Amino acid sequence: MALPLEKYLRVGKLPHIWCPGCGHGIVTQAIIRAIDETGLDTEETVIVSGIGCSSRAPGYMNFDTLHTTHGRAIPFATGIKMANPELNVIVITGDGDAAAIGGNHLIHAARRNIGLTVVCFNNNIYGMTSGQYSPLTPRGSYASTAPYGMFERPFDLCELVKGAGGSFIARSTAYHTRHLTNMIKEALKYEGFSFVDALSQCPTYYGRRNRLRTPLDMLNWLRDRAVPASSWDKMTPEEKDGKFPIGILVNQPSTELTKVYGEVMVKAAAEGGRG
Amino acid sequence: MVSDSPYEIAVNEKWCKKCGLCIAFCPKDVLESDGGGPIVKAPSQCIGCLLCEMHCPDFAITVKRRAEK
Ligand SMILES: Cc1ncc(C[n+]2csc(CCOP(=O)(O)OP(=O)(O)O)c2C)c(N)n1
Ligand code: SF4
Ligand code: SF4
Ligand code: SF4
Ligand SMILES: [Mg+2]
Repeated sequence: MALPLEKYLRVGKLPHIWCPGCGHGIVTQAIIRAIDETGLDTEETVIVSGIGCSSRAPGYMNFDTLHTTHGRAIPFATGIKMANPELNVIVITGDGDAAAIGGNHLIHAARRNIGLTVVCFNNNIYGMTSGQYSPLTPRGSYASTAPYGMFERPFDLCELVKGAGGSFIARSTAYHTRHLTNMIKEALKYEGFSFVDALSQCPTYYGRRNRLRTPLDMLNWLRDRAVPASSWDKMTPEEKDGKFPIGILVNQPSTELTKVYGEVMVKAAAEGGRG
Repeated sequence: MVSDSPYEIAVNEKWCKKCGLCIAFCPKDVLESDGGGPIVKAPSQCIGCLLCEMHCPDFAITVKRRAEK
């Protein structure tokens, strides 16, 4: 039922700065609902972001929050988790923040399997700086820096994280709000590095340029391209063209970094003062 | 309007940006557009599915079970 908004939001800061129909508010609500349903202690939960419209989200969230520099949310979050592994550390990032300037941090966090939950508000564009293409902009679509259509090949963020060793990976969209909330819940419960590719919409700088005139057009566009992960593997490459799987894509638990590090610390203390 | 629905729908006019998503997602035509934002037209039809609330980017529409108050 209705969320206790005053518990989770800094209501005095609302209304937020996002444009009418921006998907980032929908994804933010899904995170809050997932936290509520998972029963995470707000006092033991830290939310960290980089820079972008998406990265403004923690500013509205009633937790200990950190708004850092572009692309660097994961390094700050890594520091927090290493210093106090008991905390739940959530990273909110954008497709530009996570995959362009911060791409290196993303792959190394996955490789290390550090216990962060990273939710990427993926609207496949740089929203905040008025619509430059990102590494997630689909081929052929228009951006301020792609006036004749994007000609580069985009990343598949989930495949990227998987290739880097990611052990929990899920995807959903701002259309599939209940499903998205469930994916975030599973990610929050996961002990190691968990990554959720949350497809969002930027009606202002993506929709307008790509004949998706309303926020609803954009959400329907997300719906029409999403395929349940269970059906995805049975599809031919032609059928997969332009589409993407949603659901839990990888779930292969392995030892979380701070646990391994804890063992090293015990060893160091026992052997003491070497070097 | 007196409602026999067990749900109570509240719209926060100060936060609503009139994107129309809540109206588009309601499966029961409970909401009607007032220049983009919602007016609660048929509260007795509400089934409490929360599709309006969960698709609102602005936390501006909430649905509560009456007993929850
Ligand atoms: C070091 C640095 N380089 C560039 C910028 C400019 N800048 C701000 S936000 C942004 C991109 C944001 O895109 P994304 O992460 O996808 O977030 P969105 O706004 O789409 O949610 C850029 C390039 C910056 N703030 N700092
Ligand atoms: S520019 Fe795009 S991403 Fe940024 S608030 Fe507006 S709609 Fe949202
Ligand atoms: S809860 Fe469901 S039925 Fe009720 S107003 Fe919202 S969308 Fe319509
Ligand atoms: S979805 Fe929210 S912001 Fe959009 S019209 Fe409905 S109440 Fe207003
Ligand atoms: Mg973006």
